Amino acid sequence: MTDRTYTIALAGNPNVGKSTLFNALTHLHQHTGNWPGKTVATARGCFTYRGEQYTLVDLPGTYSLRADSPEEEIARDFIQSGAADVTLVVADATCLERNLNLVLQIMDSTHPVVLCVNLLDEARKKGMIVDLTALQDALGVPVVGAAVRGGEGLDNLRETLRQAVLHPLPPPQRPIPEPDGTCQLPEQREDARTAALTAHARSLAALAIRVPEQADRRDRRLDRLLTSRATGIPAMLLLLGLVFWLTIAGANVPSELLSDLLLGFQEPLRALLDFLPLSVQSALVDGVYRTAAWVVSVMLPPMAIFFPLFTLLEDAGYLPRVAFNLDHAFRRAGAHGRQSLTMCMGLGCNACGVMGCRIIDSPRERLIAILTNSFVPCNGRFPTLIALLTMFFVTGSGLAASLTSAALLLGTIVLAVGMTLAVSKLLSHTVLKGAPSAFSLELPPYRMPQVGKVLLRSLLDRTVFVLGRAVSVAAPAGLLIWLLGNITVNGAPLLTACAAFLDPLGSLMGLDGMILLAFLLGFPANEIVVPVLLMGYLATGTLTGYTGLTELKILLIQNGWTMETALCATIFMLFHFPCGTTTVTIYRETGSLKWTLLAVLLPTLAGMALCIGIHLAVICFF
Amino acid sequence: MVSTLDQLPVGSSATVSSLTFTGGKRRRMLDLGFVPGAAVSALQASPWGDPVAYGVSGAVIALRREDAARIAISGK
Repeated sequence: MTDRTYTIALAGNPNVGKSTLFNALTHLHQHTGNWPGKTVATARGCFTYRGEQYTLVDLPGTYSLRADSPEEEIARDFIQSGAADVTLVVADATCLERNLNLVLQIMDSTHPVVLCVNLLDEARKKGMIVDLTALQDALGVPVVGAAVRGGEGLDNLRETLRQAVLHPLPPPQRPIPEPDGTCQLPEQREDARTAALTAHARSLAALAIRVPEQADRRDRRLDRLLTSRATGIPAMLLLLGLVFWLTIAGANVPSELLSDLLLGFQEPLRALLDFLPLSVQSALVDGVYRTAAWVVSVMLPPMAIFFPLFTLLEDAGYLPRVAFNLDHAFRRAGAHGRQSLTMCMGLGCNACGVMGCRIIDSPRERLIAILTNSFVPCNGRFPTLIALLTMFFVTGSGLAASLTSAALLLGTIVLAVGMTLAVSKLLSHTVLKGAPSAFSLELPPYRMPQVGKVLLRSLLDRTVFVLGRAVSVAAPAGLLIWLLGNITVNGAPLLTACAAFLDPLGSLMGLDGMILLAFLLGFPANEIVVPVLLMGYLATGTLTGYTGLTELKILLIQNGWTMETALCATIFMLFHFPCGTTTVTIYRETGSLKWTLLAVLLPTLAGMALCIGIHLAVICFF
Repeated sequence: MVSTLDQLPVGSSATVSSLTFTGGKRRRMLDLGFVPGAAVSALQASPWGDPVAYGVSGAVIALRREDAARIAISGK
């Protein structure tokens, strides 16, 4: 037993399960996903094994140590700094040859090294036969086989790491053979060196693994279905539509239950607060509690359904296929191919999408991706979009209605992607001129996601997230809107005065002042736009006892909503300023007020222009 | 038969003979497995025909046409 903490560097190609291993060893919950470049910064975590303390440093995934990209530089610098007591390289058993390239390079620059050959379960499924003893003998470093997602090999790995730090083996002989000295040009030398390295990796892989003839037949078949000319785009729309439909159809019942339950507490809560002055009671119940309850009941179910489904697609390896399908369009817009990945992340959360733009190494294309990320609606805007579309553009109920809602939502996403491309093109022809840089995209093997685990994990995550937002953002906003509605200036509530001030602009956009005010007050979080709007209308109205969308629609119509208002509100919900968190993230990522301002202005102006266009068209034609 | 990778029809294989990239892009391609002597096959075209997914050293890598055109191949 010693008091010191051993440092383990965790390295490997992108998308080999490093983050999954990191989580399994440290019991932390770094987000993982089946696409290259998921880890964009180093994460640290600790664990204890048989009395020893270990710090695990999760390095970004890299193909080599030659440091051509920021991720590679981080990984290389850390590995070469000698800060780690042992470097644990994770390799994908289903793609061992390419992975061994990096293993050999790392062995060349540090010692000791432990190799973990992960995804053995996937390799077995493909009928591959893996001989790790042969690999260990040929490499001269400890090799541990694992299927980390299923927990296989973890104990062995911990023990091997322990042995490696406590009783290190002597360094093996230089693993990369030097090419003969006949090459003159630097590029020839580089080719020769790489060829030698690759040939060595190939011979090692041949020793360690036997790949049956048609190992990846299933993957190629899926790729033909999901990315070919005839079926690629329809399959993509169908999959996304299915996710939307499940979200809409599945969220209905829990939404009603939650709303009944939470709003049912309203009167008992009021009774409980009986000792307080009437105005304070009202502020707490009608302001704080009601807004928070609304956010939870309307926002939580769709978010808790959409997010896990999205994560399943991500885990299965579908996202890179989306990027593959859409790359042509992005290239024509002068944008980077990986922007479709960051755009997809934006569907989950725009702040995450903006941060994810780090995977784009060209500064120009990264800025385009950051500036346009908010053009796709995040998870927090879906419930509002669904509510608006369902209330005003779908008649009836049941299967046909939920299918129509899903189709309409799909339509708004297609519009959002179209706007993303149009604005990207505009940017790359004006303030961010330049040619698209070289781009390569790895299409990782499809993997069967761990359905139960993903559902549970992201369900819990979403619930905690939404509840947190309800308390930290919706509740204060509820108080603010209550105060605005109940403090009177010159005989009229402050809220009415603010709304009246915004009314001319609102009317021009086919909306009204209260809607614009709700969007402005919803800056901290898009989820609260509708509750704030509701409180705003109610602060000057008298309606009580509403629970479902039907009652909400009646309230909106009483306040002058028409189909045009609903359409313009939907458009403005799609295209307006990013939420507070996203704006702060954009500032952090760009380090520039100018670009942050542009990122706020672009979607806002686009939304305003579209709304004004719709309004003028309605005036002219109807 | 000498050609470039973008000319390789989907479903066929060839051997990488040289790269006309320089600097960082060249190293990136080498890292991905596009090394002289490596076997490469065109697996799947995307819906618009560009990019194309190639199989190389056990992985599947999609390249845009103009990048594939800078990888010389010889048929086998």
